[in-house]
Amino acid sequence: MVMSLRRFRFHWLLTSCAAVLLAACASHPNWQLDDVSGHLPDLKFQLTNDLGKPVTAATYRGKVVVLYFGYTHCPDVCPLTLVHLHTVLQKLGKDAGDVRVLFVTVDPTRDTVPVLHQYVTAFDPRIVGLTGTQDELARLAKRYRAFYQRETPKTSSGDYEVTHSSAIYIFDREGRARLLATPGATNDAIYHDLKILAEHP
Amino acid sequence: MTALRGLLAFVLAAVGSMALAATPAPPQELHIEHAWIRWLPANLPAAGYGEIVNDSDGAVRIMRASSPAYGMVMLHHSRLAHGDSTMDMVDHLEIPAHGRVKLAPGGYHLMLIHAKRPIKPGDTVKITLDFAGGGKLQTVFPVLPANASGPED
Repeated sequence: MVMSLRRFRFHWLLTSCAAVLLAACASHPNWQLDDVSGHLPDLKFQLTNDLGKPVTAATYRGKVVVLYFGYTHCPDVCPLTLVHLHTVLQKLGKDAGDVRVLFVTVDPTRDTVPVLHQYVTAFDPRIVGLTGTQDELARLAKRYRAFYQRETPKTSSGDYEVTHSSAIYIFDREGRARLLATPGATNDAIYHDLKILAEHP
Repeated sequence: MTALRGLLAFVLAAVGSMALAATPAPPQELHIEHAWIRWLPANLPAAGYGEIVNDSDGAVRIMRASSPAYGMVMLHHSRLAHGDSTMDMVDHLEIPAHGRVKLAPGGYHLMLIHAKRPIKPGDTVKITLDFAGGGKLQTVFPVLPANASGPED
């Protein structure tokens, strides 16, 4: 079941990328990331931020939103992505004020509000951590065809890993899904495209 | 064919481990360059990186890792499959003769869990690698902030 879902998602990505390539040739700016305009739904969620306040997509309307799913007990890949985003925010300078990086946990059991807060701010105080109920998080992940799965503990201590989608979703100021950055995307490519979105109110 | 290949792999592995068992690598021919730990807050698991260099004439195999500062050190490997990021435990890691293997973000790394004392950026942590055949290598890893990109930051 999981395999077939994953495969569906992979094929869907390939198909949409091909469609996007055609569209990109027509009129769009010279995006360096994958253009997903019209292929993913607008930003919509109801979650809790890393200060414990309820937030929705409307909270971030007017800002370019960078959305990434991860968890704090992820010492390798999640930090790598968050360091990339921190570097990009630094490079954006004052344009960073028009961008909000949202780190959505896929492990709400261990990622309490205080832990999430300490984790995201250790990378960049501008990064926002979001958590919610299992249902709220599952709904958001499903909306963007993001996958996550809690793995069985590999040691007797009960520590577990969570396999999760590693894509970065980028939304414009109106909350429309615009770009998708895969883990292979360079800081320069993310910076290039965010700058265009940030400079076009 | 698959069965034959499987058998061949098994035989090679068996021969390899016999050879390793017979010739424990002298520790002076092994060292770690650019060693560092990415610190994370809230006593979260941290990751250790560096480049393991083997200047000896034989391959060496890392069987386990430990540290006086952490309850558990595991060799892990992050990988991507169909856009999903997943982490595997690694049973052992082989460093070829006159070769090097990188432990770097997004690939092989040491996962450090259950810190025994509060650890913060600026500290140093000793990590010992145990090799097949009995060799050991202890290295001092500097602890860097969460948003560091590496020891040259």
